[in-house]
Amino acid sequence: MKRTTRGLVASLAATLMAIALTGCGKQADETSPQALEAAAKAKPLIVYSSRAEHLIQPVFDLYSQQTGKQIQFITDKDGVLIERLKQEGSSTPADVLITVDAGNLGYAAAEDLLMPLQSSVLDANVPAHLRDEQNRWVGLSLRARTIVYSTERVSPEELSTYEALGNEDWEGRLCLRTSKKVYNQSLVAMLIAEHGEEKTQQIVEAWVNNLAVGPLSNDTKVMEAILAGQCDAGIVNTYYYGRLNVETPDLPLALFWPNQNATDGSSTGVHVNISGAGVLKYSKQAVAAQKFVEWMASDDAQAIFGGVNQEYPINPAIAVDPEVKSWGDFKASELPLSRAYELQPAAVKLMDRAGYH
Amino acid sequence: MTISPANNAALEGRPAVPSGSLGAGSGVGALRQLFSSKGLWPLFLLILSLPTLLALGSVLASLFNLDTDTLSHLLEHLLPAALSNTLLLVSGTAICSAVVGVALAWLTAVCDFPFRRFFSWALLLPMAIPGYVMAFAFVGLFEFSGPVQSAIRHWFGSSSWFPDVYSFGGVTIVMSLVLYPYVYLIARNAFQTQGRRSIEAGQSLGLSPLRSFFRVSLPMARPWIVGGVLLVVMETLADFGTVATFNYDTLTTLIYKSWFSLFSLPAALQVASVLLLAVIVIMVIERRSRAAQRYSQSQHASLASSRFVLSGKRRWAAVVFCGLVFLFAFVMPSLRLLSWAMPNLASDLNGHFLGYIWSTLSLASFATLLIAVLALLLAYGARINQSLPTRFAVRTSTLGYALPGTVLAIGLFAPISMMNHWLQDLGVPASWLQGTFLIMFMAYGVRFMAVAYSPIENNYLRITPSIDDAAHSLGLTGLQVLRRVHLPIVRRGILTAMVLVFVDVMKELPITLMTRPFGFNTLAVRVFELSSEGLWQRAALPALAIMLVGLIPVMFLIRKTDKND
Repeated sequence: MKRTTRGLVASLAATLMAIALTGCGKQADETSPQALEAAAKAKPLIVYSSRAEHLIQPVFDLYSQQTGKQIQFITDKDGVLIERLKQEGSSTPADVLITVDAGNLGYAAAEDLLMPLQSSVLDANVPAHLRDEQNRWVGLSLRARTIVYSTERVSPEELSTYEALGNEDWEGRLCLRTSKKVYNQSLVAMLIAEHGEEKTQQIVEAWVNNLAVGPLSNDTKVMEAILAGQCDAGIVNTYYYGRLNVETPDLPLALFWPNQNATDGSSTGVHVNISGAGVLKYSKQAVAAQKFVEWMASDDAQAIFGGVNQEYPINPAIAVDPEVKSWGDFKASELPLSRAYELQPAAVKLMDRAGYH
Repeated sequence: MTISPANNAALEGRPAVPSGSLGAGSGVGALRQLFSSKGLWPLFLLILSLPTLLALGSVLASLFNLDTDTLSHLLEHLLPAALSNTLLLVSGTAICSAVVGVALAWLTAVCDFPFRRFFSWALLLPMAIPGYVMAFAFVGLFEFSGPVQSAIRHWFGSSSWFPDVYSFGGVTIVMSLVLYPYVYLIARNAFQTQGRRSIEAGQSLGLSPLRSFFRVSLPMARPWIVGGVLLVVMETLADFGTVATFNYDTLTTLIYKSWFSLFSLPAALQVASVLLLAVIVIMVIERRSRAAQRYSQSQHASLASSRFVLSGKRRWAAVVFCGLVFLFAFVMPSLRLLSWAMPNLASDLNGHFLGYIWSTLSLASFATLLIAVLALLLAYGARINQSLPTRFAVRTSTLGYALPGTVLAIGLFAPISMMNHWLQDLGVPASWLQGTFLIMFMAYGVRFMAVAYSPIENNYLRITPSIDDAAHSLGLTGLQVLRRVHLPIVRRGILTAMVLVFVDVMKELPITLMTRPFGFNTLAVRVFELSSEGLWQRAALPALAIMLVGLIPVMFLIRKTDKND
């Protein structure tokens, strides 16, 4: 027994040494004078991202390939990354923050973590309502949150707006994802922006009243529930629909674009959110960071940034992937997304009051 | 041998180490003296508990600046339901895990029936399944749109009688399925170290197996069982991923809601403080109730010859019970994951993937070694020095397990970045924080000390004071006693602790995510990346790999502890 224990300890010690050595190796490189000079030129950009690795890695790889600039990143939840940035303050190593919703970027801006950018490239490529007034953050891909319905039990004429999903004829036919997901919080925040709190609360209460089952844990579950006949319609991000369609084509499910008609009282268009980025105030290489963000909004990057996940490009001039295009054209809401952050706490509290959990 | 509880005043009151017996001279001697002298232990242990103190301190400090706006909203609309949900879930999970874990442990450790050897290690495997993975597999199978209810509808037309999965019952079952192994492993260790004498005493008095269990084994295993259940309670309180899958709101849900949705970290930490205080109260009660008992053991002998050989119906009841638990806790989720993983196997099983396995393995091995050593020192220190500072250090060191990992990570990050700012002002480059595993291991230590400490401490209860006295009278001092006398006796406890920590570190997510160096990915990080985007099918492969890697320490443990069986 003693021998195996010793063997185990020895192998663990060897691992420790290996890890320690790689760490030391890096440090030694950084401190030698010649290396310092070279490092300043080749210093990698550092990105904190809540957009998952498999979605951003291809974008980063393309940038490194085109410019020679290396990119290092970590992924984590938005709230954790932002808190980490707050605590790191001026000593943060990070240059760029990427998130998958506008609310968290707005929060980072409000906490004074992001740098205003003067950039004709961003102004030209990103529509004004999809970025911060001072360009502290900009959208890089568009995520549309729309209605999905069963083609077996619903005719499109029954559908019109998000608000109308609260109507009596939808009683016991609706499925929703939990209100804890930021996508729904942004959706309700934008409803507040349009209707005010009182009316929005009535809408949300009517939704809750129409639920066939308690709120589900994700968008895919909403579509599975519709397919199983548990309910007839729900609200989902389009790329989840796209993913399900790739796995099992010809499902009896379709997307409906709500709030398209100026005459039905709710003319704002389909609710959209963004995945976007901002340059950090304490970035040690702000110029390079801004260049990188501008590049992500440019044609080359736009072709893959949203495309890898069947999202829409931020720049309306860029062609949409044919598969995504086949879901149809729609008018998107043009309310400024900066309101998603401002109204998010109000939206969350409103949903709590309405019993939407 | 002591079966009946006896006063342990003798243990408490005796001088721990004879202070005059030290022949110091060389450097090693001086070191020995340092660790032998009573005065330095409290200091040493306090230093060990410092990271935990810092983390808990920065959580509790939030209480000085209440976010009344957010808190009053929580209080009015969410807290009552979340509180009762939490209480229900914690007690339900504790009871289920205790009953299942203890029953399985007793069957496999004390009885003999077909497939006992197989079950004794197989029943540990569910521990390696992260709770939220089990939740997803379980919900996927049994919800309305899942295969089970669909089949029922196909055959019988309606599945409306099928219980709702998104319920207290559903979440409690899943939680118990992943947490019972903690009780099982620790209780099994207790039954194994009880020795055959106690069982034989019972048998000679004509006790049936069942009576012997209730009258002899169970009372003598109490601290182990309670220790295991406490781990389950803390893990349940800290869980977020499992309850989120069920949309079952607990106190942890409120913590996350305050922080991530209402943008109030202070309110989140305030709710976390309530959680922490609740755990402290539970621990104090547990300590009080244990104080008057004594569980030491003078005889250590293998159980093999005195196992209850189950016969007839009992024998098959045991097999069916073990089999059912194994089926639901391991076979079912593994098959589900396997069916998801198969289509992507060819594309995802590449060089990168081997890298994830390697980093997971080395990370967990390291953390395990480190934490086990620290926990042993903590337990040894607590034995030879019973002063208030020592007890304080030991108690605080084991509190980190009750906090949600994310809260703990951020709580530890705050003082560290403050320190970093000071160092920077002094001219030290800021980069020392990045690219080192220092913070990561520190945070793991804070989080998992309870897991390692509990089984080691319990096995210390098996050592009678007279053994220490004998060691001292033979001229052994300080760490020599630890190495040559205690270590062989608490060996099982250490191995148990190592398995628990290894598997826990492997599954751990928030700390790993936050403190890992750039580009460092583990299997758990991989599961997070894919599942956060709803790609559960692709997350299945790394989840399966976690389970397979988790097999390694489990097999190791079984080989080491079951040799004599």
